[in-house]
Amino acid sequence: MKKLSSQFVTGVVLLLFSSNLFAQDEDLLKLVGGDEKPTKERVKYAFKSPRVINGHSMEFLNPGTMDFRILHRFGQLDQGYKNFFGLDQASMRMGFDFGILQNLMVGVGRSTYKKEVDAFIKYAPVRQSTGPWSSPVTFALVSGITMDGLPWADPNRKNFFTSRLAYYFQAIIGRKFSEGLTLQVSPTMVHKNLVQLQTDPNNIYAIGVGGRLKLSQRIAFTWDYSHVIIGMPDSGYYHPLSVGFDIETGGHVFQLHFSNSTGMNERAFITETTGKWGKAEVRFGFNLSRVFQIKKNKKANE
Amino acid sequence: MKNHLLLATVLMLVATSSFGQKFFTKSGKIDFDATSPASPEKIEGVNRTATCVVDTKTGAIQFAVLMKGFAFERALMEEHFNENYVESHKFPKAEFKGSIINNETINYAKDGTYSVTVKGKLTIHGETKEVETPGKLTVQGGKINANASFSILLSDYKVSIPGLVADKVSKTAKLIISCSLEPLKS
Repeated sequence: MKKLSSQFVTGVVLLLFSSNLFAQDEDLLKLVGGDEKPTKERVKYAFKSPRVINGHSMEFLNPGTMDFRILHRFGQLDQGYKNFFGLDQASMRMGFDFGILQNLMVGVGRSTYKKEVDAFIKYAPVRQSTGPWSSPVTFALVSGITMDGLPWADPNRKNFFTSRLAYYFQAIIGRKFSEGLTLQVSPTMVHKNLVQLQTDPNNIYAIGVGGRLKLSQRIAFTWDYSHVIIGMPDSGYYHPLSVGFDIETGGHVFQLHFSNSTGMNERAFITETTGKWGKAEVRFGFNLSRVFQIKKNKKANE
Repeated sequence: MKNHLLLATVLMLVATSSFGQKFFTKSGKIDFDATSPASPEKIEGVNRTATCVVDTKTGAIQFAVLMKGFAFERALMEEHFNENYVESHKFPKAEFKGSIINNETINYAKDGTYSVTVKGKLTIHGETKEVETPGKLTVQGGKINANASFSILLSDYKVSIPGLVADKVSKTAKLIISCSLEPLKS
């Protein structure tokens, strides 16, 4: 009996020791966790760039950054070897976009096509988020202006400065469905102050559909299509479609693509796309985007 | 007699364990530095929301860190950190579970600075590796300051650096930990 009780005590001691040992594996973090309130968190990185290919994407530049964009569109592929499948000719747009707030950005650019200058402001009243009071989509608005810089077609008639101007208004509704898939639709209206023919409409309405399918961490397949609903001229013009790849290399994003449009601003690519995919009137093009941090993030420096 | 001795031991053990206390913080600071000599810019991030719990009885020490909580001077660097390197959407948390192996040399009741060695399992990017580092515990007025600094090999945690920037990002990341722990009232 005595032996038994001493065994019992030894057992208890061992148990205590072992519980001390086990305690190291205990999840201490549980003791302080669990009371965290779910917070509203913005869904980030829906696109690698604030442009899908030609059109605006639901993504914004980070505040305090500048995106220097160099866009190239070469000649049509159907020109064959004579013009090295279009690579002998190039049209370009140079642009500077600035992120002001997480949901506000502005940009300016100039294209060689029609020597056109363009500027825009983009604002998102609602951004896709998770948590309480979250929104499943980003809703953004873009307003832009373009000014063509060509000499007057007919200098003898009375020309007005406003004839050079066109405007566009766009709403973007987009959602990052998963890490791999982002889709957006963007109803757009383009208003041209001056049109070529009397029968041409001044207002053109289109709906854009764009998306991204991530193939790997740094490569994504993207597409950007605008369907002109009202205001498409009877012949010679087509709906712009661009497909391509976003390739991210450290500081740059390369957007390599094929497109049937030459224009690189909304007025130009929505209303003046003359290439037809079916006839290989397609151009190779690339956008090069380099983001510079102008104002450093204070949060990292406190 | 023998039994009394055992009983005394038991009592002592119970007594010591009741003296043991847990300390914690939810605003621990972790600096991350992967700058290499060839880096064109500093690759540094900081997280000020690390959770840390220390059990002074057992010497157990644990950390949990939300990867999205690392802030970088450059927004693009923060994007690359989250999207490409640590994949914070797939692996939102980093954790450390270990213990102070010389816990018995620390007198938590007395103010002072104690050198410690911490050993345990560090999980980042879904990969768990054994780490060991020297550190310092400063007991002051019933609070504990914990500081440590150590380096990890990024490839140990399957954080891949593409060839194009391989010489611009250090293969090791330096982690500097500083936490101010308060008593946990349970």
